Amino acid sequence: MSSRSSLKSKLVASPYLVWSVLFIVAPLIFVVYYSFTDASGAFTFENITALSKYAPTFLRSIWFGIEATIICLIIAFPLAYIISQKTEKVQRTMVMLVMLPMWMSFLIRTYSWMALLQDTGIINSLLGKIGIDPIHMINTEGAVILGMVYNFLPYMIMPIYSVMAKLDHSMVEACQDLGGNRLTVVRRCIIPMSMPGIVSGITMVFVPSVSTFYISQKLGGGSFDLIGDVIERQFQQSYNYNLGASLSLVLMVLILISMAVMNRFTGEDEEGMVI
Amino acid sequence: MKKRIASVLFALAFAILPCVTAFAAEQSEIDALRGTTLYVYNWGEYISDGADDSLDVNAAFEEKYGIEVVYETYDNNEVMYSKLKGGGVSYDVVIPSDYMIERMIAEDMLQPIDFSNIPNYKYIPEKYKNLAHDPKNEYSVPYTVGMVGLIYNTKMVEEAPDSWTALWDENYSDSILMFNNPRDAFAISQSILGMDYNNESPASWRVAAELLKEQKNVSPAYVNDEVFLKMEAGEAAMAPYYAGDFLTMQENNPDLSFVYPKEGVNFFVDGACVLKGAKNKLAAELYINFLLEPEVALANAEYICYASPHTEVYTNPDYSFYEDEILYPEEGKFKTQLFLNLDPEILALMSTLWDDVKNYVPSTGSSNHAFFFGGDSDSSAVIDDGEAMTPEAKRYALYIGIFAAVCLAYVVFRYARKKYRENI
Repeated sequence: MSSRSSLKSKLVASPYLVWSVLFIVAPLIFVVYYSFTDASGAFTFENITALSKYAPTFLRSIWFGIEATIICLIIAFPLAYIISQKTEKVQRTMVMLVMLPMWMSFLIRTYSWMALLQDTGIINSLLGKIGIDPIHMINTEGAVILGMVYNFLPYMIMPIYSVMAKLDHSMVEACQDLGGNRLTVVRRCIIPMSMPGIVSGITMVFVPSVSTFYISQKLGGGSFDLIGDVIERQFQQSYNYNLGASLSLVLMVLILISMAVMNRFTGEDEEGMVI
Repeated sequence: MKKRIASVLFALAFAILPCVTAFAAEQSEIDALRGTTLYVYNWGEYISDGADDSLDVNAAFEEKYGIEVVYETYDNNEVMYSKLKGGGVSYDVVIPSDYMIERMIAEDMLQPIDFSNIPNYKYIPEKYKNLAHDPKNEYSVPYTVGMVGLIYNTKMVEEAPDSWTALWDENYSDSILMFNNPRDAFAISQSILGMDYNNESPASWRVAAELLKEQKNVSPAYVNDEVFLKMEAGEAAMAPYYAGDFLTMQENNPDLSFVYPKEGVNFFVDGACVLKGAKNKLAAELYINFLLEPEVALANAEYICYASPHTEVYTNPDYSFYEDEILYPEEGKFKTQLFLNLDPEILALMSTLWDDVKNYVPSTGSSNHAFFFGGDSDSSAVIDDGEAMTPEAKRYALYIGIFAAVCLAYVVFRYARKKYRENI
């Protein structure tokens, strides 16, 4: 009986299994294969050793990713909390407003930021009208981070909000009954309880920020590379799949390490994991 | 306005067209192609598509031969090459540039065209035949030609530039644009240094890369198609780009002006080719021939604004750019060079050097500043190999380190507190 049901469940799962082997495992194998071979297909470590010169690019990407993630967290946490405190109808509208920009193409939205930020752009011409000298914003690091924050903010708000919306309000009341002031309630009650949302939000923002390439090209003016730009160039321009694959492999390993570290934050945190 | 007049002309011309052309292929063979599909892969914005009352070339071809055209576009030669090499796609006609045609011939990606099916090849003048990339005229039919030049905004530039070195002028910091592809960017640097674009000496490519790194002192923005937006908006003072595209930009911003720098410029020929493994070769040849029909070539020349290698177009007084000084400058007025295919090793070197250029961050008050334009050109100066940790990278490393340390300290603190509480 049990073996039959397990067979049945295997059958049910098989399309997903095939799917993930085809589209997740196979590409990963290709990435590994390409990173350790040269153009003729012979085994080599050359692609890995060639990476040392991209260390500054890796560092820059990671730092930009961290900055964008921190800013997203600072904006998203209070916003998610505010949304979760509203009535259901208002909540639905506000969530939709958060999601609204995502209905448009990511490329178009980034391109429009170019029109907003440039020296003769909308923001600067408005500033000019009220007598403020134009500020040089486009092609700077700040513009790239702004682009990241703007594009990935919903990925931070949504998981935090969905945890907070289900948050047991009696816990907050209990905390208040025990004499906690507002700060204590947030610090000892709300933050620990919404930790799973925060952690998944951080991963969902950090991973795309580190590997992004379009934002830095458009808003950064291409004057500095992020690691995603280098990878894209290997595949599109240089036709050097091997170097591109090894860069992606290292990036993947870095991301996996940082996710493992992130998960320690929730896993070990017993007092936080009340739910 | 001109375009509209021209389109009326096409309408007239098409009525008499069918009786003019004579193919080697039998009419029955051509009729047999009805209902088949032709896959065309071309640059973006590189064919008259029916916008603004222009002729819709693909639709006209479909109507004439009953062959469906599936038309796709790419941004640059390298993207096209990678996509074809990567496999999984199959096109019949592609229109790459000279050096890429040569590379694709060398890698056996193209097949010889049967020129008896392209009677309109007679309109291509001798000067565009027997060029180095296709010396025997077997694989390509010139589609457009052109040159790179320097576009500048007369409102933002005090003195009209005449040299590529203007792109290194620190007076225009933050308002200089640069090619975001290695071959064109290196060509500018090589022009200044008086090098051959196709030289095979690694050392000279390294020197050219150093000059490109030095350009970072003016923080250029590396752009592709954004050049239109930025130059038209007056966002940047100078940009190197193709002469034909300058004419498009000037229509939207009359302050723009154009010059062919004295050091010399790249001259290119984009040619239509038939891919190896093309499933519809005869249709591909019909299509290439159709592109050379005087009316079609004129419509394309009006739409693309690039120079046309078609005698019936550039000698036509009704053509908007008839005897245009920018598109059809006097021959021999300045030095032009064609890109040729490079040795794979040089190509690989160019890619890595370009990565270095893109990642290079000039240190403030850098000592190699004015290394090239300075008084004494000490050629023994150290050439940065790009592997050293730049101050900027060190800064990021420091930030990340501090961040990691803070996270670690927090984890340790929590752990210690937990232990402490358990002990109470």
